[in-house]
Amino acid sequence: MFRVEIGKSLHRMRTWVFATGLTGLAVLPVVVLATSDEAGGGPLFFDLIRRNGLFASLTILALIQPFFLPLGTSILSGEAVAGEASGGTLRYLVVRPVGRVRLIVSKYLAVMTEVAAAIAWVMVIALVAGAIAFGYGPLPTLSGTTLTVGQGLVRIVAVGAYVLCGMAGLAAVGMFISTLTSSGVGAAGATMAIAIGSQIVDSLPAVRSIHPYLISHDWFAFADLFRSPVEWGGMAHGLLLDAAYLVVFLGAAVAVFSRKDVVS
Amino acid sequence: MDALDLTIEPGVLYGFLGPNGAGKTTTIRMMLGLIFPTTGEVDILGEPIFGGTPGQRASAVRRVGAMIEEPAFWKYLSGRKNLEYFARTAGPAADRGRRLGRIDDVIRVAGLDQAMNKKVKAYSQGMRQRLGIALALLGSPELLVLDEPTNGLDPQGMREVRLLLRRLADDGTTVFVSSHLLAEVEAMCDRVGVLARGKLVAEGPPSKLRASSDVVRVEVDDTDRARAILAGVEGVALDGGETSPGTLRLRLAVPTAAAAVNAALVSGGVAVSALVPEHESLEDVFVSLVEGADVPR
Repeated sequence: MFRVEIGKSLHRMRTWVFATGLTGLAVLPVVVLATSDEAGGGPLFFDLIRRNGLFASLTILALIQPFFLPLGTSILSGEAVAGEASGGTLRYLVVRPVGRVRLIVSKYLAVMTEVAAAIAWVMVIALVAGAIAFGYGPLPTLSGTTLTVGQGLVRIVAVGAYVLCGMAGLAAVGMFISTLTSSGVGAAGATMAIAIGSQIVDSLPAVRSIHPYLISHDWFAFADLFRSPVEWGGMAHGLLLDAAYLVVFLGAAVAVFSRKDVVS
Repeated sequence: MDALDLTIEPGVLYGFLGPNGAGKTTTIRMMLGLIFPTTGEVDILGEPIFGGTPGQRASAVRRVGAMIEEPAFWKYLSGRKNLEYFARTAGPAADRGRRLGRIDDVIRVAGLDQAMNKKVKAYSQGMRQRLGIALALLGSPELLVLDEPTNGLDPQGMREVRLLLRRLADDGTTVFVSSHLLAEVEAMCDRVGVLARGKLVAEGPPSKLRASSDVVRVEVDDTDRARAILAGVEGVALDGGETSPGTLRLRLAVPTAAAAVNAALVSGGVAVSALVPEHESLEDVFVSLVEGADVPR
């Protein structure tokens, strides 16, 4: 089931359009810096790329984290069940000897694999582009200390993994919404609205008390990996939150789908 | 659905008839576990679909091939890829391998050789229908459940499908086919169930579905003389006048009286050019069955 899901994605035009777009986006910060003299400003780690090309892989994550990554995750997860329902193929999957629970879990794992591939892809492209344009070397941390190239790369991979965990929570929400409707676009849009809405609410000081429970609250805590010593508080909270969203919403998706009348 | 109780014997080609909205598709959805009945049970090939373990359901549905409503595919994939992915979707590895190995066979049986590498979005409705039948056949099912399989096919295609289903049933596959086309069902099925408003209103072999004919049409050269002769034959009554020049309709007390009519006319010197039993049309049978179900309960 999982392999079929991945295979289907590889045959879809949209997968390759998205991959092409991400590739363009991934080299954008490096190209901008290489063709202009302006200093300062820009997203997280942006001004550090000139000093060390490896930072490009972090800049790109900071760029896609608020919008493009949640967008891709929302489309994939929102369409997962609802898209099959609107195309009519859902009933043909359900009548195969695959349990409904396994159907949901396989689809969820396929979505996460694709999101992981997207994250890894942009990071590698940006890293290589940055290293070619500005060279690479030991990484300075935000606290002023220095990491060796090896240590730096480990931290960079850890950042990617952390960002992926953030999307794991959102994808679970998307799967849940996807089991409620037979409109793939509707489910993807609703998931996206939650991702954006969460970031907006998170920026309003008046509702500070609910901030710690918002799905996007700790999405940017990965910068703490580049402090010395590493500040784990934000990321630990973030991982706990991701786990909570994952368990609650994937559980809800399984519960709903197990008893759902598949009529479309 | 209202207290539907249906048993399909193995190896039977069963026709499930009913007007639009009678509950044919709902029944099929319940049989296959797509929707949940408020009460009652479904057993397929000896395994419960509801209330049993997931393993029991899986071991039943892996021996079932189905087409529910219209066929549906991943339109961005070719017909062959669709079959391949469905074949690989679930079940033990041996099952998957067997299904993959049958792709070429089912493509040939469905008559789709030409179109297999085209994307499904370019298929005509008839081609999709054929691909749907190919998909249903992929797992060499012991039970084949098809929801209006001849929808959208041309007359040639309809005939091919009828012959195919007949052959499968003769080879021991149990076939359950829903339809609103009476002639189609009568032409191929061993047994027929008629559904109306969620209730089974008639069941049995198709020949039993309509009463044996008791009306004959007789064409003669001299109607006046024929009338005079027939007035003396016992158990025969004229049904109306001359329907068209040279033609009389007769109502017989027993179907075998047709032979007596012929003998009497010929020995009386009337030339008989045709003596045809007039069937009550299938449509009439169907409509009366379905309307019977509408009587207030």
